[in-house]
Amino acid sequence: MSARHLYVHLPFCSHRCGYCDFVTAVGKIDEHGGYAEALLAELALESGKLGEVETVFIGGGTPTYFEPGALRRVLALLPNAREVTVEANPETVTSEVAALLREAGVNRVSLGAQTFEPRLLEVLERVAGPDDVRAAFYRLRDAGFDNISLDLIYGIPGQSAADLERDLASALALDPEHLSAYELEAKPGTRFTHAHGAELKRQADQMESYFELVVERLTGAGYRWYETANFARVEGAGDEGDVPRDLRAHHNLGYWLARDYLGVGVGAVSTIEHRRWRNLPSLAGYLKALGNGEAPPREVEDLDQATRALERVMLGLRLDEPVPWVEAEAAIDPAGLDRLVRLGLVERTADGVTLSRRGRFIGDAVTADLLT
Amino acid sequence: MEQKNIRNFSIIAHIDHGKSTLADRILELTNAVSKRDMRAQLLDSMDLERERGITIKAQAVRVNWKGHQLNLIDTPGHVDFTYEVSRSLQACEGALLVVDAAQGIEAQTLANAYLAIENDLEIVPLVNKIDLPQADPDGASAQVAELIGEKPERVLRISAKTGIGVEDVLDAIIERIPAPTGDLDAPARALIFDSSYDQYRGVVAFVRVVDGRLSPRDVLRAMALGTKFEAQEIGVMSPVMKPVPYLSAGEVGYVITGLKDVSELRVGDTLTPEKNQATEPLPGYKEVKPMVFSGLFPTDSDDYPDLRDALEKLKLNDAALFYEPETSQALGFGFRCGFLGLLHMEIVRERLEREFDLDLLVTAPNVAYRVRGLNETEWTEVHVPSDLPSAIDEVEEPYIKASVIVPKEYVGAVMELCNERRGKFAAMEYLSEARVHLTYELPLGEIVLDFYDQLKSRTKGYASFDYDLVGFRPGSLVRVDVLVAGESVDALSLIAHKDFAYDRGRMLVEKLKEEIPRQMFDVAIQAAIGARVIARETVKARRKDVIAKCYGGDISRKRKLLEKQKEGKKRMKQVGAVEVPQEAFLAVLNLGDTKKS
Repeated sequence: MSARHLYVHLPFCSHRCGYCDFVTAVGKIDEHGGYAEALLAELALESGKLGEVETVFIGGGTPTYFEPGALRRVLALLPNAREVTVEANPETVTSEVAALLREAGVNRVSLGAQTFEPRLLEVLERVAGPDDVRAAFYRLRDAGFDNISLDLIYGIPGQSAADLERDLASALALDPEHLSAYELEAKPGTRFTHAHGAELKRQADQMESYFELVVERLTGAGYRWYETANFARVEGAGDEGDVPRDLRAHHNLGYWLARDYLGVGVGAVSTIEHRRWRNLPSLAGYLKALGNGEAPPREVEDLDQATRALERVMLGLRLDEPVPWVEAEAAIDPAGLDRLVRLGLVERTADGVTLSRRGRFIGDAVTADLLT
Repeated sequence: MEQKNIRNFSIIAHIDHGKSTLADRILELTNAVSKRDMRAQLLDSMDLERERGITIKAQAVRVNWKGHQLNLIDTPGHVDFTYEVSRSLQACEGALLVVDAAQGIEAQTLANAYLAIENDLEIVPLVNKIDLPQADPDGASAQVAELIGEKPERVLRISAKTGIGVEDVLDAIIERIPAPTGDLDAPARALIFDSSYDQYRGVVAFVRVVDGRLSPRDVLRAMALGTKFEAQEIGVMSPVMKPVPYLSAGEVGYVITGLKDVSELRVGDTLTPEKNQATEPLPGYKEVKPMVFSGLFPTDSDDYPDLRDALEKLKLNDAALFYEPETSQALGFGFRCGFLGLLHMEIVRERLEREFDLDLLVTAPNVAYRVRGLNETEWTEVHVPSDLPSAIDEVEEPYIKASVIVPKEYVGAVMELCNERRGKFAAMEYLSEARVHLTYELPLGEIVLDFYDQLKSRTKGYASFDYDLVGFRPGSLVRVDVLVAGESVDALSLIAHKDFAYDRGRMLVEKLKEEIPRQMFDVAIQAAIGARVIARETVKARRKDVIAKCYGGDISRKRKLLEKQKEGKKRMKQVGAVEVPQEAFLAVLNLGDTKKS
């Protein structure tokens, strides 16, 4: 058993945004060093589960908020990989941090822009303003990053279609290699839902078209809609003989292709063969266990062959490439497939099955119909 | 025991006025049941009965009090079972009329009181729950006295819950209710007022012996149906079954018949010995025919054989239940079932789901129609709306004579309701200064959906309602079909008077638009009479349904959501390509809601 994809979780943020439901911890700069040691200890414990690592993704929290010395130490000890991504929040990307990342071998940055509308940034409780996003983006370019992704959120309370159009134009103006566009998910019980749930409900009808708008604008600008919420710039052939780069997020492709991955850090999830485990979200519990040289407390889920096969199709259908028949067949209901093909929501290709353009917008419903 | 020491009585009351509690107290006081064994409300033995606060099947219990034998005959308490109630009352000489001291007289108090009066019963009025702080024993006593023409001082005041006054009730039963006066030497005649099915012993008949004597080993004959059997055991409920050497005139008990099918022995029939037959049966037998029909379909079509077995078993205990196989394009294989009324239908459905663990889809109820097709001479009976041919010469629907008794301030509301339901006014009389008896002729089809609920809500629960079938009458009726995405959904067809067809069709289509969730494509919902579309709505296609974020930490949650989504689909029925939730098939039931506003 060997995972080729490594996820590293750095949970610290300067502030917790209202809509966020990730495992995060606010502040605690003095704990960053200790956390780095615990993280590296977990990595050492689990290193046997790693094969030749292809991708590393350092997510959070705000990894770029992590105390620089500790960040450098973590990055130095991570395995080498073809793609090393770090998530960043605009206000934390100083020239120093950009340089630090670059020197430590990071070759891709995912920048959380969310929106360029000051009013809406406030609703999301984001610290950065629109110009902070642009400044951070250019600092990264200046530091030599040639693979930057921007995160956008749409469906923000009070966001009009015109607001969204402007956001998309602002993002495209930066010409990022990659864009992720998420519909705001107001999860029950969050502070955010409490404050804005009613407004979101009121706007639901109007916002129904936003997803289509996002896809239209981004594909119109030459991006490949390669996953439900992800878009990659398609490069033309460069100077003679250069193979154009594949700018999709290769780490995340690992998830969507249902490959094994190892996650370290508090709250991180791993899936290797027939087991998935999640480190529990308590920071204190995590630090204590690894301080004693033990694996952190975890929640384990056993996955049988059929479940992994089902997940393979469920995740694979989010992509614009077919799920090969050999992998899909067992999990698919033939009658459902026929019906969905007739409705123009699913397409059969020579070697597999994929959702049609319209099918992708209602992918969850289609998938539920398609799977046995 | 000599007849002069026997008293046969029922307890009649509106729901929740304390009938069962009083019965419990009587059993306790007479030591029929020790306090230790006392299961609250012993008479209502089925869970369903206890939960709904109603008694479905009548039973009889014998107790002793001051040298007398008292037989308490329990009665069902709903309009669907009026016939059973009337048979139970016919088995008695008297009735305790229980009225809640706080609520006063209510709908069923009246219907039951009038039934008791019709059956010449001596009524012992009593006001219950006098221990409650909001009780108004004087007011309630005056009301009940006026109702039955008694002096208010003769109304007993009790609390069945605490036991206050219950001994006086037992004394009053002996003093006021006449003893039976059957002819001990005449050929035996016994009225069947209830029957039930025992897995091991077959059909058990509950009887009131009117003349002569019944003994074990007697060969008995049911006079109306002609069924013959040997009485295997004769006994009394005290309160559990206890064999006795004989039951003689005036007494109440059970007969174990060994019969395997309850339909061979009908409530209201008269038992008489084969060897020494009575010439005249006891009066009042009538065959109860189902007039309300509904389709029962298993949610999961694999459960069809289980549903069939369950109906067979239920039928053993419920002679009034009728069923035949039905095939629906939309709902698959199921059964068309006939019921006495809506409550009967509800009880059957719940028993099927609860006792047999079946998940059912029940279509909106309809009545039986008589139809003569174009250029045909034969009449046929139609139990399923979608079976009504579109080319018909004549169609007839069952009519009822409805009696509504209501405080005079609600007369207008009741008349309005009856007019909305194609009612024809027949008579109005004042029973007292405050109370009016209205008689209307109404198509039964207008009653089966929500008439009773409407009547109750428009009269604040005060109306008492009863009806008798008066036969089939011609009507200008048309079939309204529903098309979902171009496919006709047979289970949603309805039959309506042509003047109301457009309104019903439009309301149904609007209701369905609310019930059918948005699909992956636009869905047209249409109502049509023949080829003519009279109403149309569209359920717009969903434009998005996908969780945006899905990374390593989200996969399990996503999979669980997917499984939940698939689970939700199981509650749906596939009509062509459209998923229709089960509730939509009941949309037709709720059309009345719009009328209220």
